[in-house]
Amino acid sequence: MAEVFDRVRKVICEQLSVTEGEVSEDKRFQEDLNADSLDVVELIMALEEEFGIEIPDDDVANMKTVGDVSGYVASKV
Amino acid sequence: MGFPPEPSGRVVITGMGAITPLGNTVEEFWARLIAGESGIGAVQQMDVSEYPTKIAGEVKDFDAELYLDKREAKKVDRFIAFAAAATAQALQDAQFPTDDEELKLETGCLIGSGIGGLIMMSDQTKRLWESGPTRVSPFLVPYMIPDMASGYTSILHGFRGPNTCVVTACATGVHSIGDAYHIIKRGDAVAMVAGGTEAPISPIGMAGFCAARAMTTNNEAGPRASRPFDANRDGFVMGEGAGVMVLEDYEFAKARGAKIYAEIVGYGMSGDAHHITMPDPDGDGARRSMLKAMKSAGITPAEIGYINAHGTSTPYNDKFETIGIKRAMGDHAYKIPVSSTKSAIGHLLGAAGAVESVICVLALRDSKLPPTINFETPDPECDLDIIPNVARDAEIEYAMTNSFGFGGHNGTLIFKKTVE
Repeated sequence: MAEVFDRVRKVICEQLSVTEGEVSEDKRFQEDLNADSLDVVELIMALEEEFGIEIPDDDVANMKTVGDVSGYVASKV
Repeated sequence: MGFPPEPSGRVVITGMGAITPLGNTVEEFWARLIAGESGIGAVQQMDVSEYPTKIAGEVKDFDAELYLDKREAKKVDRFIAFAAAATAQALQDAQFPTDDEELKLETGCLIGSGIGGLIMMSDQTKRLWESGPTRVSPFLVPYMIPDMASGYTSILHGFRGPNTCVVTACATGVHSIGDAYHIIKRGDAVAMVAGGTEAPISPIGMAGFCAARAMTTNNEAGPRASRPFDANRDGFVMGEGAGVMVLEDYEFAKARGAKIYAEIVGYGMSGDAHHITMPDPDGDGARRSMLKAMKSAGITPAEIGYINAHGTSTPYNDKFETIGIKRAMGDHAYKIPVSSTKSAIGHLLGAAGAVESVICVLALRDSKLPPTINFETPDPECDLDIIPNVARDAEIEYAMTNSFGFGGHNGTLIFKKTVE
């Protein structure tokens, strides 16, 4: 789980040009990390590639925070 | 005076910005252009080993983070970053009051591009074929479409006036400034950020222009390969960059105490209706474009002090443009200094006419005419005074620039030095 979070955080830092210190589980993509809907689409694509999984759009709709995403990914790998 | 003011019907230039193969500011670019330097060399930003053409006029040491935040600088296509940079420079040069909300409602953007985000298109097409349709970036469309230079710039500065885009291949820059001039002249905006931007040095862009047999293959010549009006010219050299001007209603600019570089007094347009890529061999489209510009300025050929030619260094363009200039200017054609600054920076496609407009304005300001460099062998069919190799001092009142694009789009602008 901790390893998944670290990898998710690394992808987020890369995609959204933020530092590791800015990325914690409670951070919201839109409000806290200044990501618009297209940024989120691109981020999800990068996570799909990093972990070799498919994340359907319907599932993405429920992901508001970093914790939502890393929890989801952890449940899939 | 209420706001917006009654349009004066006159339009002046109050700020300029440029990103070019000879420097990333207007003053560096101008100094090196006048010194006769070349910005052309071996392509660095992509692997050209399999391409017949291996040289270009690349922008060097461009740092998008000087103008955009880190994340945006990394994401946007290069043509958008160039536009944002040149716009920021032009607004600063104009000391444009970017905190005036009322003014921003009457300020528009018209920064055209001949092609748009070709690098984005190249990269994402590769992704499509390698990884499948679900792996294509959601930013492909917004950062590829040519109108995003205007759209993005308006968002950066909050300019809520007319927002549009011209796409007329290599005439884009002239048409963008000309159309923005008309927008202010008729009172649809008080000020416009206008110009052109292009970043075509990408695998698909280089391949396409090589295939069209439009570019030089004289790679050994390097910085001397772009040689407009020379008998041994063999095609254009691709360039990249952006030119942007702040245009304002004359009375408004005067009232706010703005520095005024010059006035736009003439704009002409025409179509060749001849061929998709080849210019009209009679130079008739070029002739009519120049005549319309002179008519709208209310001046005669004798008053034109300098022409910045389209002068691409292709065998056809330079020959037929010479014919067009002779037909438009009559007996006066041989007395007008005509240079092609594409000799130094290559062909910036949709940005060319905008950068060349900046050059015309600086020629008026400094009474200096930039040379056509790399001139060695005269071509009897290109026998105008092309200011060979060395810049020239000349007190001039009117400068003209021509741009012609694939599709037979022609455009001509005339700038006037004395504004009173």
